[in-house]
Amino acid sequence: MKIYLKFDFQTICKKVLEDTLLAHDIKHKVVGFGEVDLLEKLSPEKLNLLKETLNTYHIEMVENQKSILVQKIKDTIIDMVFNEDTVVNVKTSAYLADTLGHSYGYLSNLFSEVTYTSIENFIILQKIEYAKQLIINDNLSLTEIAFNLNYSSVAHLSTQFKNTTGITPSAFQRIITKRRELNQQQ
Amino acid sequence: MQEDYVNIILADDDEDDRMFFTDAFDELKIGTQVTTFKDGVYLMDYLNTDDCKLPHVLFLDLNMPRKSGLECLNEIKSNPKFNDVAIAIYSTSASEEDIERTFVQGANIYIKKPSSFKTLKKVLSEVVTTNWQYHTNGLNKDNFLLRL
Repeated sequence: MKIYLKFDFQTICKKVLEDTLLAHDIKHKVVGFGEVDLLEKLSPEKLNLLKETLNTYHIEMVENQKSILVQKIKDTIIDMVFNEDTVVNVKTSAYLADTLGHSYGYLSNLFSEVTYTSIENFIILQKIEYAKQLIINDNLSLTEIAFNLNYSSVAHLSTQFKNTTGITPSAFQRIITKRRELNQQQ
Repeated sequence: MQEDYVNIILADDDEDDRMFFTDAFDELKIGTQVTTFKDGVYLMDYLNTDDCKLPHVLFLDLNMPRKSGLECLNEIKSNPKFNDVAIAIYSTSASEEDIERTFVQGANIYIKKPSSFKTLKKVLSEVVTTNWQYHTNGLNKDNFLLRL
């Protein structure tokens, strides 16, 4: 005897997922296709066990998707700012959208939601932090630093430094130098 | 695993300032847990207990009875246990001398107490989000100086 079957894959997947979670005694809510809210915090052991069982169905657990994308945005920006070989002639927004394959609007909203800051502010912070390092460690002049970081002028760098940190580059240098002297005395 | 809220401590002898401070944090988007102390002695007693939960950011008023903010700052900076704590000076004074001295002695942030609640919220939000950037991006905290 032969029987014929018709499948609804979505329902099957959902059922498999539900049953697995139930078998592991995990309180949960299936939010949608490919997304489950766990209503309790799992121990690493329990999470691994769940991962293994799901893998037998070839269901793969993606570590937090949003965090992954945010990390990719950060990596791309840092590469743009610090890697001299990555010379970018297009606007940052276009470059990010191109590299990561999402619209800039989406990326920018996601970034703000996860990090509590905007992509623009993140870029400024990275550049200013790098400028700080150069001021202290390499004893470069502001003119050289402005050039290295692609600022149009020293004034632009100084203003952005002051706006971001509340102090001027020279005050910053003075404070850090004095702090080091103080630490050496102690 | 990172916690999803920011742990904040304030030491300030002015009761109204403590209240405004706590209220301002309640209205911010980023989740915070705020604890307050009314002077430096209470604060240091708490921080020196073995199982105390260290704050991400510690706000210090400069003028407090019994133990001043500056004395707290020096005690904290001489104890490696507190290396990861960002220190914010929260003062009515905005003299260049106070600002530079506290920065040199290891403070990360200097805030002149704002006169309006709206500005206070804005300032505290900036402190917490900037600190969060240092915390989550592995930036060098020795270079963390912020004046507001």
